[in-house]
Amino acid sequence: MSFNRRDFLKLTGLGAVSAVAARAAAAFPFFGGAPGAVKAETNAKTAKRWAMVVDLTKCKENCTDCIDACHTTHNVPDFGDDKRHEVKWIWKEPYKQSFPDQENEFLKDDLSERRVLVFCNHCQNPPCTRVCPTRATWKRPEDGIVMMDWHRCIGCRYCMAACPYGSRSFNWLDPRPHIKTITPDYPTRTRGVVEKCNFCDSRLAQGQMPACVEACKDRALIFGDLEAPDSPVRQILRERFSIRRKPELGTQPQVYYVV
Amino acid sequence: MLEKALQGGPKYWLWMILLAAVIGAGSLCYYTQLIYGLGITGMSRDVTWGLYIAQFTFLVGVAASAVMVVLPYYLHNYKAFSKITILGEFIAISAVIMCLLFVIVDIGQPMRAVNMVLYPSPRSILFWDMVVLNGYLVLNVVISRVTMGAERKGVKPPAWIRPVIVLSIPWAVSIHTVTAFIYCGLGARPFWLTAILAPRFLASAFSAGPALLILLCLLMRRLTKFDAGDEPIQKLSIIVAYAMAANVFFVALELFTALYSASPEHIAPFQYMFLGLEGKHKLAPWVWTSQSMGILALVLLIVPRTRKNMRILALACIGLNIALWIDKGMAMVVTGFVPSPLGHVTEYTPTPPEIMIAIGIYAIGLFILTGLCRIALSLRGQLEA
Repeated sequence: MSFNRRDFLKLTGLGAVSAVAARAAAAFPFFGGAPGAVKAETNAKTAKRWAMVVDLTKCKENCTDCIDACHTTHNVPDFGDDKRHEVKWIWKEPYKQSFPDQENEFLKDDLSERRVLVFCNHCQNPPCTRVCPTRATWKRPEDGIVMMDWHRCIGCRYCMAACPYGSRSFNWLDPRPHIKTITPDYPTRTRGVVEKCNFCDSRLAQGQMPACVEACKDRALIFGDLEAPDSPVRQILRERFSIRRKPELGTQPQVYYVV
Repeated sequence: MLEKALQGGPKYWLWMILLAAVIGAGSLCYYTQLIYGLGITGMSRDVTWGLYIAQFTFLVGVAASAVMVVLPYYLHNYKAFSKITILGEFIAISAVIMCLLFVIVDIGQPMRAVNMVLYPSPRSILFWDMVVLNGYLVLNVVISRVTMGAERKGVKPPAWIRPVIVLSIPWAVSIHTVTAFIYCGLGARPFWLTAILAPRFLASAFSAGPALLILLCLLMRRLTKFDAGDEPIQKLSIIVAYAMAANVFFVALELFTALYSASPEHIAPFQYMFLGLEGKHKLAPWVWTSQSMGILALVLLIVPRTRKNMRILALACIGLNIALWIDKGMAMVVTGFVPSPLGHVTEYTPTPPEIMIAIGIYAIGLFILTGLCRIALSLRGQLEA
């Protein structure tokens, strides 16, 4: 078979043209509407500003139901003792570490030794989304959830440097071999991207409560709309004293702690 | 003009082949990192930036320092710098290329890097850093190409290049200011949250960069017929001394504010740097080395007798660069992450493949710098001694 230079150039030219055409076609829906503006299911749970209240008086010290539920639902890998490469969306942290600004030499006994549930605060004024160079993380305007696009993230980890709560994890290694049982309903991630709690946006879209809230038998996690005066979160915040993590930074966390 | 880089004797080729071998070894390690993930490095969930971003920060300073020869020569018509201005620009070109490479090897999904252009995010300082660094690279390539082309033809450079050169002066300041803004705009990191960071970056850059230029001039005097002359080298050494004095002063200001205010979140990182926290003090010996070498180099640079002795000057310039390489590299970057926002003290040690990738990038920079110097010297007919 003869294959001369002219043929080669023709073929590569054709290849280049079709690649560009495919790219243009793929980009076309972009002009039709905002990407990701998928129509919500009719039974979807919606709110103007989602928030969580953690009732520390009800949360049991040695219980990990919510953590297990979250990490199973979202295919979060488990690296065991390898703390450097750890990926976690929700976990427990000593009270003093969770609230460094509440530093008291003498504290109520039950608090000083307490381990507190921590996760993404879904800040109203998130520093992580501000620094992202590709808008791979952003605050969803309709309900305030701080979202994450694992397909756009380039893995620069600027958001991790900017988060004052250590809520973000990076996939230092391929996470898939470290997932105990893969939940097929939810995507797994690839190495080299950042991930974190997303208030179960996909469960909300299907009319379900966040996995951690559903898993908590003691009703220590209360989830609802801060903009709705009668919502359960507003009710408990009206009645009980609550604190937030590092409020002095002006990030306006949407996670409240009843102590 | 690039073909001039392909002409050279055995010594030149041996050096280039050696560099190419190092680049090859670095590339192999990078390939492994691509397959395995950034878990191959010493970075962790708590210390998310390390050796790569440290080199990036240091080299932005080296790149910016070209302005210290460009400004006196073009704005003040300081003729003594006429021969070395092009060298300053070459250092800038190779340093910016290394900077960009260090960012590329640091990101987890380099094949998506173009997302920074597809989804421009003016709220992110990293976006602006990409803009100013690439702009600075283009400026220096254009300026050195045009001025060298004119020199080859024995004519004056075209008039339009002058505004471009003038533009490159504030642009050089901008690359290091924007790089400082990457760090000092984060409320989460009290160690970086200081307005003195950008001035400190500039001061250390304007001493480390010209010190490297002095070393390059002395090296070329030995290896080639090119002699910059004693006057520009002495002038540069005074610039290095003043800039280093300013840098040491800025560091002292920072220490005073943190230590005297006694605010725990400001003291803790300094404590980790100098003494260690919770029994973890891997960084401390490096920081002490950096501080003592920096002060010693400054003394040698200030005292006229030692400064005017070329041997001692060379030693001072080497010491100063080691000091600043540690100080604004690893010490500045890693300490920002210790203690973590949750108060954890996690230490960081770069791994062998990580170090090899970094060495590979330095070899790329040296390869480019050698090639560029070769071109300039062959145009001026000043090759081997």
